[in-house]
This record gives sequence, structure tokens and C-alpha cells, in this order.
Amino acid sequence: MRKIQVLGIVVFLIGLIAFSLIPFIGYYQLEESTVRANVKDIHEEQLVSVLSPMYGQRYSSNFRFIADFNDHFNSYNDALKENQEWDNVIWDDYGFVLTKAASMGPVTEHPYLFLLLSIALAVAGGLLYILPMHRKEPNGIKHDGIYFSSMKSRGLIGIITGTYLILFYIVLYWFPEYLTNLVLMVDPLSMALSGNPASQWFLYGFIYTLAIVVMGIRMFRKYKGNAYQTIRTASVMFFQLAFAFLIPEILVLFNMPWHDFKNIWPLDYSFFFEYRIDGMVSSGALGMFMLVWGILLIVVGVPLFTYFYGKRWYCSWVCGCGGLAETLGDPYRQLSDKSLKAWKVERYLVHGVLVFAVVMTVMTIANYFTGFGLLGNATNQVHSIYGFMIGSMFAGVIGTGFYPLMGNRVWCRFGCPLAAYLGIVQRFKSRFRITTNGGQCISCGNCSTYCEMGIDVRWYAQRGQNIVRASCVGCGVCSAVCPRGVLKLENGEETGRVNEFPIIIGNNTVTLKN
Amino acid sequence: MNNTVRKIVIIGNGISGVTCARHVRKRDSSSEILIISGESDHFFSRTALMYIYMGHMKYEHTKPYEDWFWEKNRIALIRGWVTGLDYAAKALTLASGEQMAYDTLILATGSTPNAFGWPGQELKGVQGLYSLQDLEQMEETTPRIQRAVVVGGGLIGIEMAEMFRSRDIPVTFLVRERNFWDAVLPTEEAKLINRHILEHHIDLRLETELKEILADETGSVLGVVTKAGEEIACQFVGLTVGVRPNIDFLKSNNEQLSKQGQSTLELNRGILVSGFFETNIADVYAIGDCAEFRESLAPDRKNIEQVWYTGRMHGETLAYNLTSSTPASYKPGVWFNSAKFLDIEYQTYGHVPPFPLEGSDSIYWEDPNGKVAIRLVYEKESTKLLGVNALGWRLRHAFFDTAIAEGWTMEAVLSNLHKANFNPEFFDSPTKAVIAAYSQKTGVAISRKKTSFFHRIIGSRS
Repeated sequence: MRKIQVLGIVVFLIGLIAFSLIPFIGYYQLEESTVRANVKDIHEEQLVSVLSPMYGQRYSSNFRFIADFNDHFNSYNDALKENQEWDNVIWDDYGFVLTKAASMGPVTEHPYLFLLLSIALAVAGGLLYILPMHRKEPNGIKHDGIYFSSMKSRGLIGIITGTYLILFYIVLYWFPEYLTNLVLMVDPLSMALSGNPASQWFLYGFIYTLAIVVMGIRMFRKYKGNAYQTIRTASVMFFQLAFAFLIPEILVLFNMPWHDFKNIWPLDYSFFFEYRIDGMVSSGALGMFMLVWGILLIVVGVPLFTYFYGKRWYCSWVCGCGGLAETLGDPYRQLSDKSLKAWKVERYLVHGVLVFAVVMTVMTIANYFTGFGLLGNATNQVHSIYGFMIGSMFAGVIGTGFYPLMGNRVWCRFGCPLAAYLGIVQRFKSRFRITTNGGQCISCGNCSTYCEMGIDVRWYAQRGQNIVRASCVGCGVCSAVCPRGVLKLENGEETGRVNEFPIIIGNNTVTLKN
Repeated sequence: MNNTVRKIVIIGNGISGVTCARHVRKRDSSSEILIISGESDHFFSRTALMYIYMGHMKYEHTKPYEDWFWEKNRIALIRGWVTGLDYAAKALTLASGEQMAYDTLILATGSTPNAFGWPGQELKGVQGLYSLQDLEQMEETTPRIQRAVVVGGGLIGIEMAEMFRSRDIPVTFLVRERNFWDAVLPTEEAKLINRHILEHHIDLRLETELKEILADETGSVLGVVTKAGEEIACQFVGLTVGVRPNIDFLKSNNEQLSKQGQSTLELNRGILVSGFFETNIADVYAIGDCAEFRESLAPDRKNIEQVWYTGRMHGETLAYNLTSSTPASYKPGVWFNSAKFLDIEYQTYGHVPPFPLEGSDSIYWEDPNGKVAIRLVYEKESTKLLGVNALGWRLRHAFFDTAIAEGWTMEAVLSNLHKANFNPEFFDSPTKAVIAAYSQKTGVAISRKKTSFFHRIIGSRS
């Protein structure tokens, strides 16, 4: 078993190295016909002439190609900007599409082979490592050696992993033209699903889904015998695979807007943006359903389900960000900061982002109905600031890149505006709580240590108080790791949910307020 | 008490001392509070020591309060060992030579591991597990250990065995009794745990006693010899045969005092206290593991209470008494305790003796998988519930506290048993099987109100 697992790691690393090297192989050659086929009509003539020095040239690397492309493209734009000919400046980003179209070589010719050598190999290696985990071991908590692991306790390997993830996100969001070979590799898959060539977002969605599925299987192994964890993990795997990955692609196949039915504003911050509304409104009955469904989720779904089940119904059962955190991020859950200071920062940040998202959306809607008179450009500015700072920087680079450094719920805890909204409902009007079992707590600290949201669970448990916190996503791990059966996630009567007086039992001398 | 601010000095920063300090501060903002500990700078959870060794947590995670907490609550902390106590002068001396006065002294010095004079018990590689220093020593010895022998079939013994198994170190576990912890657990429960120990590849030797520990030429452990004459090679011997009150320094201090003709602290196995935790000396109190009640609290309670929960209750009670004009005598409620044997959790409420008592009966149900079991002990005549043992099944403390205190009949307990289930959602609850077992034994049918579909959907237990 051990040998198979070592083999798994080796195979995974080969896949990962291949994945990291593939962007740099092949050559690039741009032709006039390629430019004509890939740019908007209004830019066609300008670009055909701007890029003409590149035609027929064979570039041996994407670095050279992109550098040359940027030179031509930027000097054209810069000249226009200098002369204040703003209307002629090309604001569209053609770097990615043209680099992708110009890419020649082995990946273009054999996409499946490279897919096999990289992602498929990494998945196979991951499974070889995961499937034999904890075989022949009784059910129980599998946390031995976590704090001796360099990967899981912010050691060198953890830091390297975090750095790799951060770099990957930076390239994905801001320099996708360097990833074109990887995108070409999944083109056939995208064609099969949606009838369209792949974008960097398809590649990302594909890897993201695979990560949730493979690491979800790891959860099944790690928490075998724990029904709550097993069912919950199966749920996030299903919602990611079906709702976030397959259904949106199939919608595109039927000429519908790409739509993730389980994504809810304000996490889905662009839901009320003009292009999204127009897309839905112009897509017939299904489009209208998307719009109504989306609004229903916001005004009815969130309060109602959160009242009955707490925010866990979304955050740790349905959400894609939560899904990745609960699977890929599970090995890092203990790295979240439990200090009171972190909690203070969290409250300002997460509610600040919520306010930002609400203000932005109100602006957008007001703008939409006033026919873009008043706030036209300002709204676009706000959209791009939010997109850059919150959507990309916070949710992506920090949210996932910092898994091995600050735990797996950095985004959910400090940044997600939907989590903030769900949290307000959960804190003030919900039947959900984590019940503390009388006086059985021994203050050991396993619950707090393994709380991915950085809640100091023990603080409440040791004073016999139920845990009612806005941030709790109901992952159930505190309850799983408790050695004395002190914690139970449950939905129940609202009376007695927040108990000021302790329910510590056993001392009949006096009842002291804790 | 003098007219200025009262100075309360607590020796020991474990659960009793710290609970007492916290509650005094809550009820009295003026007193000066000082906690002295030689073991650690800050309060940590002793019960979590094993998790540090197993890599589940680091030391810092075992501290229930952040380090700023103490200053914020004006609870002063001093690191040091107390070497001298002058009760007449109300002063104490630290090993560093520092001296200080107190108005109220609270002894909360905890326990120390037992060792019963085995030949070789002082060798390198022989130790108990109680303090942070014990853990550090265990960590230091670990690289040399090819096999560990753990002596004593109790709670710390099984923890130590689990700790070594987490590092893939082979363990031989010597248990004097016929089954694991059977001085406390009835035979069926003890046997269930026996099987679970073996499942974890721990070499469990029942009815095996230690005779002596063998040394190599450097004074380190080479092996042990059992009373049956078997020699087991090992590099570590864990002595986990219970703990006793940590009062040795008080004994030697008494000797000093009596030489000077001063009155001494009354000690027996522990520090003798009243129900108000008063020692024989005015303004000196003792709480937690180190205290021994002069008079029995109840037929089913021991005079020395050595668990986390009682330490906490002692601290609460004394804090109340020190800050109240109407002191109350310590009245513990329904007994409860818990532990975890490798992967199997154990909870107990009320009185479950290891063997049936006259006039009582019990029903024992065990899951066919051998990982879940429950025993309900009741009065034969009235069928009033007396106590419950649960293995692998989390039970609601409040439910059994009420049921036992109010003397519910078995019928009342069983027909409401689903409300006592504290297992996580989606886990099987063995309620039905237990009710069936009771009905089969007694012929009494138990009816249970069905939960409506709506209530099940919203996850309500009512």
C-alpha cells in the first residue's frame, strides 16, 4: 500500500511538472487570416495592418511572440492615446485569442496526448495516493502527524505549494496568453460539451472540478464512517460537477447564456450587470427563469433555508468556493487564525465587501433604469475595481493561493459578501446552532484548531455555551474531532439557542454565570 | 483579612486554580489575584498533551485562553516552584528565593504519577505522563524507542499506547486486571475495549504484572520482566498506574514547620479539606486533585476527585465562597465522566459500578460491529434509572442529568431515548435496538411517539 502511494505521488508530480512545462513548448506563427478570423469587425482592418510585421514569422516561444505582439499592439494604442483619439483606441484584449490561434506545434496536433501527460496523470497519481489511504485502519480521526507535516503546517513544502498556486492565479487572471497551450489541450473537450473552443475559464473550471472530485474522494477516505462528512462531500462534488461545470456548458451548446444556477448574488457579483441581464432577458423562457430563480434565491432561498438549516446549506453543501475549500483545502483547515484580533479584522472586512457589493449593484441597477445617463462610466469603473480587487485578487489569488498559508477559508471568512449575508441571517434568525453537551468539555482545543473559519469553538464549549456564530459554515469537523462528544450541529427550537447562562451541569452548589 | 486589597495567591495553574481565579475575578474586581506555576507560563489543557505528541496540535493550541487574557483580567502569573510556606506569617518562598505575602492561599497543585517501588523505576526511559515536562521527556526519548512497554490498564495507559502507535512504535500494554480498566468498567464494556486495543495492533497483555525493569550499562531501560518471568525488550517504560495528590513539597514543608514548633497543614493521601475546601489552617484552601475531603460526599463519590470536571467544579465553588457572604458547601450533582479509548468514545452518567449491586439490574446492548454499546443501570423494583455507560454513542448530558436526578423509570427513559441521542446528524441511532433489547429482557413494550416527516426534514428533535 505504501509503495502504491509513493508511486502515486511520483505520478502526480510528473503530471504537475508536465502541466507546468506545457505552456512553454511549441512555436507561434501569426497570419493575416488568423487575425481576421479572431477579432471583431470594427477592429479588423486596424489590427490586420498593426500586426502585419508579425505575419509569417515563426516564434520559438510564447514569451517572444507575446512580447512582439504587445510591442505592436501597445505602440499603436499609445500613439492614439497621445493624440487623445480615444475612440480609436482598442480596449479589447486580443492577447489571449491571438496567441491561442497562433500556437502551433505538438499540443495543437495532439491535445489528448498532452492532456493525458499532464492533468490525467496528476489525477491518476492523486487517486493512487488517495484510494489506499487508511485501508485496514478502524474508522476514526485521522490527524496523526499533521503538525509534523511540512505541507500541512506551513513548512517549506506548504510555502512552495502556496507560491505555486498564487503564481498560477496571477497568470490565469492577468496573463492568460501564457497558458494558451493548456487551453488548447482542453479544446476538444470544450467543443464536445458546448460546441465552442475553450477559454482559460474552461480550463480553470475543468481543473477546479477535478480537484473537488479527486480531493472529495480523499474526504471519503479520511472521514470514512462519518455519515455527515460523507454526504456533505458528495453534495459539494455533485453541485460542482453538475451545476457549476456541466450544465453551464450544455446551456451554451443550446445558445443560452452560460449560467450557474446555484451561484447567488452577491457572490455572483455580476448577476445584475447589464450584459448578464440582457443575456437572460433575451434568452426566452429559460432566460427569464434564470433571472427569476436568481432573484428568488436572494430574497427567499437564502433567508428561508438559512432559517431552517443555517448557512451551511449553502457554504459547505452547495457552494463552489466552499466545495474547493472543503476538499482541496481540507488538509489546511487547521491553519486559520483563531485569535480575537483575526475575528475583529474578519468582521470589518467581510461586511465591508458586502457593503461594497450592495452599493455597486444599486448603482448598476439605477444606471440600468436611467438609461446609462447619470453613472455610465462610473459604474464601469466600479465594476472593474470590484472585479480586480474582490473577484480576482481576493477570491482567487488570496482565497485559494493562501490555502497552505492561512487556511482553506480565507475568502469565505474575510471576503465573501454572500457569506456575510448568510451569516447575518444565521446569527439573528435561524434554528441552527452547535449545541454544547452540558459540562463534558475538557478544553483540549481540537475543535478550535480544526475550525476552518477560525472560530474559537472551545471558548464557547468550555463555558457550556452553544456556538452561534455568523461565520460558522457548518462543516461539522469540530464535532467530528471532539474526543468527548461535546459538539453537535443541529437545527432546533429558537428558544435557548443563545444561552447566556451556562449549561454546564454537575455542580449543584452554585450556578455561576460564565 | 487586612484593610487594604486582599491578595489571593493560587499555587497551580491547572483547571481548578484557573477556574477559581477566573470566577473570583468575575465576582470581585478589587482582589489581587496571583497564580504561581512551575510547570508552564500559561494555563493549558492537560488532557490534550497526547494530541501534541500525535501531531494533532501544537502546545499553543492547548491553551484555552490567549496570552493577553490574563493581563486583561488582572490575573498575575508567576513561573516558579514554591519551596516554602509559612502559614503563621502568611508568606511563601519560591525556588528563586523570592518571597511574597498572601491573604488567602489556594493550593491547587494537582497530581503526580504513582510508582510502586518497582526495581528499576528510576532508570532513564521510565516515566509517567502527567505534566508538560513528562511530555517533553517522552519526546526526547522517542528516537531511541524500538518498543515501548506501558504498565497499567487505565486512561493514561491507553493514551500512551495510542501516542506511540501514532508514530508506528510497537507497544506492549501490561494490564494487571482481567480486562482493560475493569475496576471501573463492567466486563462487557471492558472486553469491547480489549478487542479495540488489539485492532490497533497494540500488544495487550491481560493479567500481566510488572516485576522489574532491566537496565543497560548506561542506566537506560533495556527491558522489563513480568511476574510470570517473561522478559520483554524495550527502550521505554510508561508507568501509568494511577496518580496521587501532588503534596510531597507540603509534607517536607510540614517537617520544617514542626521543627520550628509551628502548626502544620493536615495531610492524609491529599490535603484534608472540609466541604468548603478549608484546610485546618485559616485562609488556606485546597481544590482539585490534591484535595481530600474529610467526610464522604456521597456513597458513590470518592474523597479524592481526580478528573477535569471535578477540578472545575471545585474551582467554581471556592470562588463563590471567597466572594460571597453566604458560603455554600460543595454539592456535586449527578456524576459524569468521559474518555476516548483510541477511536471509541466513552461517556458515563450517574452510577455504573463495575459489577451489579444488590437490588439493581442493568440492560446491556452491543452493536454487532462491536464498536457501539450502552448499559443502563436501574433499580430492580422501581426500574428507576441509576446510571448509564455509553461506548461509541454520544449522549446528551442534560437528558441523563435530569433523568437520573429525577429518578425516571426505564419506560420513561427508553421512550424518550431518541432525544438523548447526541450523535452527529445522519449517524445511525441505536435507539430502536436498545428498546427492543429491553423489551425482550423484561417483556415490557415501550411505545415511542413518531416524529413527523416535517420535523424530520427540518431536523428538529422535538
